[in-house]
Formats: sequence, C-alpha cells, structure tokens
Amino acid sequence: MIAELGLAALWLAAALAALQLLGGAVALMRGEAEPLAALVRPAAQVQALLCAIAFAALLYLFAVTDLSVALVADNSHSAKPAIFKLAGTWGNHEGSMLLWITVMALAGGLIAWVEHRLPERTLLATLAAQAFVGLGFYAFLLVSSNPFARAVPAPPEGAGLNPLLQDIGLALHPPVLYCGYVGLSVAFSFAVGALLTREVTPAFARVMRPWVLGAWVALTLGITAGSYWAYYELGWGGWWFWDPVENASLMPWLAATALLHSAGVLAARDALRTWTLMLGVVAFSMSMIGTFLVRSGILTSVHAFAVDPERGTFILALLTLYIGGALALFALRAGTVAEGERFAAVSREGGLVINNVALSAILGIVLLGTLYPLLTEALGFRVSVGPPYFNPMGAIFFLPMMAVLAIGPLLRWRQDRLARVRWQMVAVAAAFAAALLAAWLLAGIALLPLLGMALAAAVAVGSVLPLARRRLTRAPLTLWGMVLAHLGVAVAVFGMAADSAFTTERLVALRTGEQTSVGPWQVTLAGVEPVAGPNWTALSATLQVAYAGGASVPIEPQARSFWAPAQQTSESALLTRWNGQLYAVVGGQAPGDGAERWQLRLWWKPFVTCIWYGGGLIALGGLLALIGHVVGDLRRRRRWREARA
Amino acid sequence: MIRWRLWLWLPLLAIALLFGLFALQLSRPKDEFVRSALIGQPLPTFSLKPALPGQPPLANTDFADGKPRLLNVFASWCVPCAAEAPQLAALQAGGAEIVAVAIRDTPDDVAAFLDAYGNPFSRIGADPYSQLQIALGSSGVPETFVIDGTGVIRHQHIGDIRAEDVPRLLDELREAGE
Repeated sequence: MIAELGLAALWLAAALAALQLLGGAVALMRGEAEPLAALVRPAAQVQALLCAIAFAALLYLFAVTDLSVALVADNSHSAKPAIFKLAGTWGNHEGSMLLWITVMALAGGLIAWVEHRLPERTLLATLAAQAFVGLGFYAFLLVSSNPFARAVPAPPEGAGLNPLLQDIGLALHPPVLYCGYVGLSVAFSFAVGALLTREVTPAFARVMRPWVLGAWVALTLGITAGSYWAYYELGWGGWWFWDPVENASLMPWLAATALLHSAGVLAARDALRTWTLMLGVVAFSMSMIGTFLVRSGILTSVHAFAVDPERGTFILALLTLYIGGALALFALRAGTVAEGERFAAVSREGGLVINNVALSAILGIVLLGTLYPLLTEALGFRVSVGPPYFNPMGAIFFLPMMAVLAIGPLLRWRQDRLARVRWQMVAVAAAFAAALLAAWLLAGIALLPLLGMALAAAVAVGSVLPLARRRLTRAPLTLWGMVLAHLGVAVAVFGMAADSAFTTERLVALRTGEQTSVGPWQVTLAGVEPVAGPNWTALSATLQVAYAGGASVPIEPQARSFWAPAQQTSESALLTRWNGQLYAVVGGQAPGDGAERWQLRLWWKPFVTCIWYGGGLIALGGLLALIGHVVGDLRRRRRWREARA
Repeated sequence: MIRWRLWLWLPLLAIALLFGLFALQLSRPKDEFVRSALIGQPLPTFSLKPALPGQPPLANTDFADGKPRLLNVFASWCVPCAAEAPQLAALQAGGAEIVAVAIRDTPDDVAAFLDAYGNPFSRIGADPYSQLQIALGSSGVPETFVIDGTGVIRHQHIGDIRAEDVPRLLDELREAGE
C-alpha cells in the first residue's frame, strides 16, 4: 500500500513537472499574464511535496524492511542496524535517483515559494528549465528504474547490503554529493532562464549565488572527506591519485569555484555577464559528465562502481539534450545579452578575472588528462595519465593564481592603483621571501613544494589583511567567510607542500623485537597476531612507536584478506600529532631465510593533516558566506515588505 | 539584432566532439567481450625452459598431440593469480589438463607459490622476459587460453577465473576436443 502511494506520488510529481514546463514555456512566449503561467509556482511547490512523500514512502519501506518491495529485498536485511536500513534507501541506483529528484524538487519548490527578486518571466523560465531537467530524471525513474516495484513472491529474507558500504561516512556521502550537484543544477536553470529572457542583471547573480555557495560547500566537504578516505583506506600513503573518479569530483568543484567568484563580480559590479552564464552551464555540465564517466564504466578507475552500459546510454542522451541544448542557447543568445560594466585591469574585477582564467585553465587540464586515455583508446592504444602530467601542468596556472589570491581581495572595485596597497604587498612579499628562505635553508627541497610553501605563507598573510584596521566584531559575515576560505587554501597548500617535501618513507622487513626508525620515530615490532573479523581474517601487527625518545605508544596496522570476493586490503594505522602523522602499513611475511620477518611500510608525514584542515576551513568559510548572504537577503526582504505595507 | 560571434559556438562544438567520443566508446563492446586476434590461430612457435629445475620444459609442439588443454599465464607476484588457485584446482578436478607459463619469475618464487596455493599444472614454462606473453596477445596476468588438440587457440579468458567461470571453461574445453 505504501509502495503504491509512493509510486502514485512520483507519477503525479512528474505530471506537475510537465505542467511546470508548459506554463513556463507559455509565460516565455505570451507573457506572464497567461492563466497557465500562474500555475508554475504552485506546480513547483506541490511537486516538491509529492516528491517528499514518495521519498518518505521509500524510507518507511526500508525502515520496516518491507520485503515485498523488490528494491528492499535486494538491498536490505531485517537484521541490519536501523541507521543502515535508512541509509540503504539511497545506497542503490533507484533510491539514489529518487533522492536526487527529491532534492531537486525541494530546491524548485523553495525557489517558487520565496524568490521575488527576479523579473517574473525570468523566474518562470528558470522553473521551466528546472522542470525540463527534472523530467529526464522522472522518465529514467518511472520507465527503467521504478524503486517501488513489487517482488512476487516476496522473499523470506533480504539480500543485505554490501558490508563495505555499512559505514557512516559512506551512508552520508551520497546526500552531501547530491546537494552539491542539485545546487549546481539550480544555477544551471537560472542561467538558462536568464538566457531565455536576456535578463542578466546583478539581481540574477544575487539570486543564484546562495545556491552556488551551498553546492560549493557540499562539494568541498565531499572532496576533502573523499581524499582522507582514500588516504587511510587504500594504504598507499597518498592523498590524491588523479584517478578518474577523483577528477570527476574535482572538475565541478573547479567550475563552481570560478562561478562563485564571477557571480560575485556580476552581483557587485554588473560585469562579466556572458562569462557567468557560461560558467553556470559548465558547472552543472561537469557534474553530469562526471557522473556519466563514473557510472557508464567507459573509464577504468581504482574505484569500482556498479557499471551498466544501458544506464550510460541513457545518461548520455540526457546530457546531450541538456548540455547541448543549453550551449546552443548560449551560442544563439549570449551575443545579444547587453554588455556589462567595464573595469580597469588593476581592480578587484581584474584579480577575479585572473582567478577565473586560471581555474578554467586547470579545469581544462584536468578534463583533458582524464579523457586522454579515452581518446587514445578510440585510436587503438592504451595509455594512463598520471601525476607527471597533472602536477606540473596544474602548477603552471595554480601558482600565479595563488599570487593573485594574496593581493586581489585588497583591491577596490572598478579601478585601483597597486601603489595604494603597497604596504600590504610588502607584507605579502616579505612572508613569501621569509618562507622561501626558511624552507630552502632548512632542507634542500624540490622547486614545486618550495614555491608551494612560500606561496602558502604569502596567501596566509594576504588572506587576513582585509580584516586589518576593521573592528572584527563589525566585519560582515561574508567577509569572514572569504578570509577563512582563503586562509584554508593557504593551510591546505602548506600541507600538500610539506607532505611532498618532508615525508620520509621506510620499507623494512623486521623480526619480532627488532627496531627501526622513520623520521623522529623509533618503531619496534612487538608482535604479529592473526585476528578474524566477520568476513575476513587478518594479520595484525603491534608496533610500539616513540616520538623523539618519548614514551612509546602501541599502534596496530592490519593486512586483511576478505574471502568473498577474495581481496586483500591494508588497514593502515595512523598516529596523529600536531606536527604530522605517522602512517604504518603491514604487508605479508617477507620471503627468505626461514626466520619470521614481516614487511612494514612506514611514513612520517609532517603537517600532512593541514591538507584536510585546510579543506575544512574552506568549507567553513563558504558556509559563513552563505549564512551572511541569506541573512542579508532576508533582512532586505523584510525591509522591502515593511516599505510596501 | 543578432550578432553572430564565432567563439560563442566553440563550447557547443567542444561538447559535441566530447559526446561523440563518449558515444563511440559506449557503442563498442567492453574489453571482457573483445576476442583476441589470435583466436582461431595456431600457437606461436616457442620453446621455454622449465620454471622449476628438473621439470619438463614447454614448447608449442607439446600441444599437437590431439588433447585439448588450458594454458594458464600466471606469476607468483600476482595476487589475483593466488585468488584463482581454487578455481584452477576445480578445473583440474573437472578433467582439464592445465599447462602454465610463469611470467617474469624465479624458480624459488614459483616453488613457494605452488607450495602455498597448490600445483594444478602438468607443465610450467618460464617466460622471464614476457616474450611468449606478448606473442600470445596477453596483456596481463592471469589469463587463461583454451588450446585445442592441434595447437590452435580457441578461447581467451582475461583476468582471474571466478567460480562461475569454471563450467564455461570446461564447456569450451569440451568443444575444443570435438
């Protein structure tokens, strides 16, 4: 009964999306006074409600483990902990599609409910664009992946959920990611709406900005958490592998970062109109292309996904329709969008243009590197593209961008003179030179990490300078957001540079009781014990580790063998200090002379944790800016209402 | 007034090329279904030293005695090769004769590997520089070929043999014998 209710709600929601599209199209062609146009906002709101009902129905079915529903029977089990029963709702293809469309419908409903700042025609066109995107997903869900299909006869027990997915981080991963993607889909719809009516104004940018910011915060958190997961779970001691799945998450982030900054220029100064529209289309396109690359299985990746070529074909058809359509619209209309305000090269806008060019260039580099293997495969040979390409190519644009980041926020809008900020520039340059000298004297390190460290110091100083000579309690939340996010960039870059410059690695084979050292650590192999888990057995090594002659602490890396499917994994052991992490992995028994020796791989990684602290700071900065903008918008809205009353 | 600007069409052009590439890749069969160019061809001429001292060597002429065999390309340093050991044992129990080629290996390592995971092989040739592997069109370890009684390659299995592949390989072997 509940399943049928959910399915009915989903069909009704799809019908309302069609109505929303129709009403928006009528408003666009004949004006917003048409009766059908008046239905667009209510349609979006009711659609949101219906989607919420459908999703709640599926949640309920998973919560009570209703095995007569095929999806529940295939993905759940009555003995699973409650939290993972709920997480099972979106831990599969059908449920995750329903989650996506629900978040999207809720976003549309919210826009229809609160947004009154845009010209009505543009807003209706935006909602129509959103309905158009939504309809593709409804079709996908209802035609080929109905989550509410019944299993006849109902099996006595469910098939369970992959035990590896029973992890709280992975349970939260899809909702966070979808918030990011849906936020970008809203920005996409706004861009399409504005292209349709040619109304590209600062108000448009202000309306779009919170959605971009929200999406950007979610993507930042997703990438940071994903990077840490790969770091401790894969046991290779690295935090970024330029793997296609990682690149698929990085590309929308780069585009969203550029969009965020260009929307800021449009909102404040009415400049960069066409460029902002373009980025609005590109950011969502990148998240869709990323999803496609990951799910269609056309790229080989260390991350295994359930791959289905038919779904890949369907997503590609959707992509062609949406992205191709939006870019064709862009090509036809962008030339007719009135030109925005002009600005001098030395100005806040000028700095932000450099930021945008650099981010776009890096995006292009990552996209090319990710797709190059695909291209050569089409030509008949196989290559893999890795750090030797991405690191230096990315650095070419990243390093100048960092330099601009340190100074740009200090410049005035429209026109400025560098001489006005000379003292701040001196401070930034001094930080750069001091860090360069210190890092160079301390250790002979390679060029890239050396520059990275010096630029991190410069950006750290530059990022807090906008707060100088301000009453900190009076500084707006949006300013704090910018300062924290830029400081986060400095912290993360410092972590990356420190990791690549100072990491010491030791690969040894030890007998029980033997000792080795890595960096300032003394490591003693105390023993190796076999242990057993629910579906694995492991060799668990106990290491006594002491930092610089201090008290010793035990850590226990494991080498696990799963038997279904047969797979070996390393459970690394980490010991975190304020100044870095000790990372230990145990391999198998060393071959050779009979005496039991065990392979150990040890890393001392000074300040590596800064990478993720930096990511967290960036996300926190974004969150503060988001709150600042939303609170400001609400305040203006109240004032506007009072003025009208 | 519509002002046609060429650069505004560039993004669409780029995306069209990209999606064309995607469509091309999607329409191609995936690797696991690709048939090796050598299927239906006789084995290349080779003569390998034994991987273990004192054991018989391996040459392509050993396959021309009328009996179909499996040819397993493996290495002691390869984890999936250890994972497929039970399946090779099952194939042997199912009546298959399995000969093997050890890629870039040493006698000690091969011996240790066979001690740990069992030895289902009737002969093991050593291919220390991957020469035979390349001649066979095999791009990695493990791979398993079905060779008929005249020394012609009939089937190629890429990657480790899973439990569900065992009956299929036995069928292939039976067909090769008919």
